[in-house]
Amino acid sequence: MLKLQGLSAGYGSFQALWDIDLEIDAGEAVAVIGPNGAGKTTLLRAISGQIAPWSGSIELEGQDLRTLAPHRYVQAGIAHCPENRRLFPRMSVEDNLRMGGFIPDARKAYGERLEWVYGLFPRLRERRHQLAGTLSGGEQQMCAIGRALMSHPKLLLLDEPSAGLAPVIVMQVFDLVRRIRSEGFTVLIVEQNIRQALELADRAYLLEVGRVRLSGPVAELKGNEFLRQAYLGL
Amino acid sequence: MFDFFLLEAILNGLLFGGVLALLSLGLNLVFGVVDVVWIAYAELVMVGMYIIYTVNILLGWPLYVAAPLSIVGVSIVGLLVHRLVIEPILNTPPINQLLATGGLLFFLQSFATLIFGSQFRNIGLSLPVVEFFELYVSFARLLAFGVALVGIVGLYLFLRRTYIGTAIRAVAQDREMMGLMGVDTRKVYLITSAVGGALAGLASILLVLQQDVHPFIGLTFGPITFMICVLGGLGNLFGGFIAAFVISQVISIGSFYVSTELSYVIAFVLFIVAMFFRPEGLFQRRS
Repeated sequence: MLKLQGLSAGYGSFQALWDIDLEIDAGEAVAVIGPNGAGKTTLLRAISGQIAPWSGSIELEGQDLRTLAPHRYVQAGIAHCPENRRLFPRMSVEDNLRMGGFIPDARKAYGERLEWVYGLFPRLRERRHQLAGTLSGGEQQMCAIGRALMSHPKLLLLDEPSAGLAPVIVMQVFDLVRRIRSEGFTVLIVEQNIRQALELADRAYLLEVGRVRLSGPVAELKGNEFLRQAYLGL
Repeated sequence: MFDFFLLEAILNGLLFGGVLALLSLGLNLVFGVVDVVWIAYAELVMVGMYIIYTVNILLGWPLYVAAPLSIVGVSIVGLLVHRLVIEPILNTPPINQLLATGGLLFFLQSFATLIFGSQFRNIGLSLPVVEFFELYVSFARLLAFGVALVGIVGLYLFLRRTYIGTAIRAVAQDREMMGLMGVDTRKVYLITSAVGGALAGLASILLVLQQDVHPFIGLTFGPITFMICVLGGLGNLFGGFIAAFVISQVISIGSFYVSTELSYVIAFVLFIVAMFFRPEGLFQRRS
């Protein structure tokens, strides 16, 4: 469904990604793991249209995304739940969700989508009128994911959903992502929490210094010696 | 024993506050969303007043036609200001915006002088003084306040209940995220500029009821509008709203006890003192 070929990108004169090949099929959960500064967030930003690739291609269901204006990626079916959540702090939970459902297709289905998101995240319903900036870390993460889901994306990008959260909350978040998967959503997740990421995903890519170092089904990767020693501490 | 004259002063302060609040809302809206200060904002109101004058006096059409035309007209001017003046310099240092909109101020004043001359012009409306529980109030002021209230409530509902209004609020809080929501920020800026213009047009209706128009009338309420916005926190709609009523009461009660000129001095002195203690504005959370 999503296909990246030879993707290179960066900021100004600084190159962050070199020649990335990546694929995701519908219904899959793919993890991108790697150390800080590897380029994981840059990768997601290129996929969601926030930065323009220097070279290479990005295709969603065969459509070349590079021809689209940045704000059209949501309409094309890519929702990005960014690092640090980035909720609108002085707007209510419900207003944040409303913004997630801004595109015309989502507006038509607003009522039912809102109900569905509240069904997934009952705590958000309780706090629907509360200002998003006053929510706890876990609640903010749920709100951010809920906001991304309002557009019913073909591809959901999650950037470090466990960041800054207590271990118990991290497990709740990953359970929720599993639940979202079971509803049929395709997920690309960037995580520093490698264990949780590998528990969740079908396939994974290991990114180091802007390049794909390893990739493959999670079962294979878990047995990979390099990965085990360098990243899993085994 | 009630001092009715003082009560009248307070009431007039309230009515005056409504007009100032409306003015501050337009300025704050544009700054909060687009992050530019329209130095020429008061001159946009002047344009609206001249539109009403032209339509009502020179063309002879009734006021209820001239008034909406002013709102629409200044709204279009707002759009043009953003498209022609602001957009080209949007991502350049802020000094450019100040210079550009400052230049626009002089341009509009000169243009008005060129077309209309520097005489004071009036739409010749003579509205009665009404009695309100033994207080005497000018009907014009009452009407102006009513219209201002409608404008303020309208803006509130627009920002709270519509998708585009919600998007406008969101842009002011996290500009970068708007693309991820599928929002074209350029469109939001244009719509905000149009709304800012419409609010100026609405304000022009209120002012033309009570005052003569001339090319430099912007100077009479421009500085105070800026002062109110900064006092409440630039970009903060709620802050400006409250500050407008605070300042209007200072001026009104000050006029009652000392003189109008001195009351303005007092208001500005209070502003300066407030800036010492809270330079970001009374209601501002960020600096």
